Amino acid sequence: MSGFASAARAGLDDPQLRRNLRQATTTIRAKRDAAVAEVDDWEGLRTAGAAIKDAALLALDAHLERLEANVVAAGGQVHWARDAGEANAIVTALVRATGADEVVKVKSMATEEIGLNAALAAAGIAAYETDLAELIVQLGDDRPSHILVPAIHRSREDIRALFERELGETGLSTDPAELAGVARRHLRERFLRVRVGVSGANFAVAETGAICVVESEGNGRMCTTLPDTLITVMGIEKVVPRWEDLGAMLQLLPRSSTGERMNPYTSLWTGVTPGDGPQAFHLVLLDNGRTTALADAIGRQALRCIRCSACLNVCPVYERAGGHAYDATYAGPIGAILSPLIDGFERHATLPSASTLCGACYEVCPVKIDIPSVLIHLRGRVAREHGAPPSERAAMRAMARVLGTRRKYELAQRALRTAGRPLSRDGRLERRLPGPLKPWTTFRDLPAPPEQTFREWWRSR
Amino acid sequence: MAFAMSAARAEVLRRIRDALGDERAPAPPPAPAAAAAAPRVADPVARFTQRVGDYRAGVTVVEDASEVGAAVAAALTRHAAADAVVPADLPAGWVPTGIAALADDPPLPHARLAQVGAVVTACALAIAETGTLILDGGVGQGRRAITLLPDVHVCVVGADQIVGTVPEAIARLAGTPRPLTLVSGPSATSDIGFVRVEGVHGPRRLEVVVSRRA
Repeated sequence: MSGFASAARAGLDDPQLRRNLRQATTTIRAKRDAAVAEVDDWEGLRTAGAAIKDAALLALDAHLERLEANVVAAGGQVHWARDAGEANAIVTALVRATGADEVVKVKSMATEEIGLNAALAAAGIAAYETDLAELIVQLGDDRPSHILVPAIHRSREDIRALFERELGETGLSTDPAELAGVARRHLRERFLRVRVGVSGANFAVAETGAICVVESEGNGRMCTTLPDTLITVMGIEKVVPRWEDLGAMLQLLPRSSTGERMNPYTSLWTGVTPGDGPQAFHLVLLDNGRTTALADAIGRQALRCIRCSACLNVCPVYERAGGHAYDATYAGPIGAILSPLIDGFERHATLPSASTLCGACYEVCPVKIDIPSVLIHLRGRVAREHGAPPSERAAMRAMARVLGTRRKYELAQRALRTAGRPLSRDGRLERRLPGPLKPWTTFRDLPAPPEQTFREWWRSR
Repeated sequence: MAFAMSAARAEVLRRIRDALGDERAPAPPPAPAAAAAAPRVADPVARFTQRVGDYRAGVTVVEDASEVGAAVAAALTRHAAADAVVPADLPAGWVPTGIAALADDPPLPHARLAQVGAVVTACALAIAETGTLILDGGVGQGRRAITLLPDVHVCVVGADQIVGTVPEAIARLAGTPRPLTLVSGPSATSDIGFVRVEGVHGPRRLEVVVSRRA
């Protein structure tokens, strides 16, 4: 075992984690289903969402240039980064130029992906996560395990213990309201003091230059409103062509994500506004493998993703293995396709196999990413470009020979019948098959080979 | 650094063009029919008040503008707010008497705003379907910080400001250069055990006063 299969072992062996995950994903699935059922034409809305993102992706260069021109016209500055290192260097230089040695951060998958916090720390700049779950992850020196709820693997007891240890609190209960209150007190002082904010972006409108951040707690508003300088790091696939596209996206995202009609706070801003909010705005446009994904005509639909995490919450594999098993910034079904596409097959070769292909992820995806089809496509790419395991290659070669002629196929059937008879009982293969087939048959029920094949029956009729 | 950045810009754009080859989107992109054809809401005021209530925000409906002041005062009293920041151009009748009203003119420091009990504003639009208030910094709304730092936000909505759906609101806001804040209930989190907790960093209490007539 290697890659996902071995990494999943830790999650599978942790009953507490599995309980947390099952409870959380069951709750959020029910909320999402109710929020979606309320919309008259959810299917039409999904189709619109997919069309908007495809339109953006299939003319991505033009939309980015338009976005850039509009942000600059509104008093912002735009920076381009080919990879994580370049993006981190840009942000570090921008923070240094303000003279600040600390930043407040809105939860952002893009900055997680590039490892911005570590890069800033190396430059002597402290980055404070302000989303409650990200704060929990940061205080625990932990890794996020869910796109929307990064600390989904942490129980209330864990969080209480963490806050008492790291924030000098005593006598806390496990009441979520009380724990949230601790975060409020702890972070309020930082919001008022820190002069640089760092955010990601949920959407950016090419037509107007508007940037959109969707959130719940108000930490996003704090970070994008109170500092003197705001730096937004945005994957280039986040652009949408037109202002009116927000009408569809702002329905699709909250209902798919938290299962709400609307998330508590959505902030939109264009460049800088005199007398209101940060007076310096920087937009960092991040490639970091996205153009590689764009070059894959089947895989590129993964770039439609709006990071709602609905696919994680319905995935039987994610629910049992947990987010850490994916060993990637993006976990779950979307991570299984996005990670190899943008971060390379060398690191993520086993992720396209981390799925049962049940298709639940496709059904809930608000932008209709056909995750199962992309998974199969990527499995093919892994095998062709990076070599399937020798045993799999040998098996496939043998299969090709056997299926090559009718005579060989019928001989193989007869051989299977003879070999299978001692292993069968009541029409089922009773025992594990020996040799390389053993792991495959350990967890699967197989029918016993029939007494007579269809062809034999037809001839003897 | 300027040269490096422009090199990065050129290369990212070149990579996109290489990746797409001849597969370009038709221009203009297809219209999202479903989003545009979102159904209208029959009784926007009733739907809006119900949906705002679902977020556990307070809602008061008054018949006309003359009753707004009293409703605002009652909302502030409910949350024991001793003072409130008000935008300089808030309609005079809405400013509650009996509590200290602070005009944000000249702008109050953030640290001061954080100590004020409440804020009273108008809004630009509201969305019935989702119970959403939209602030655009226009008349009676002030800058973004004043609706963020105080613990109670009282927002006055005119019935004629309520549109049915999200796409209708987005269409009405087209072309605005001002920052927008869409507010749907009080600040909330579900990060701990997926239990919804109202009030994290933004205002912990949201009170909405709907006036049927101007």
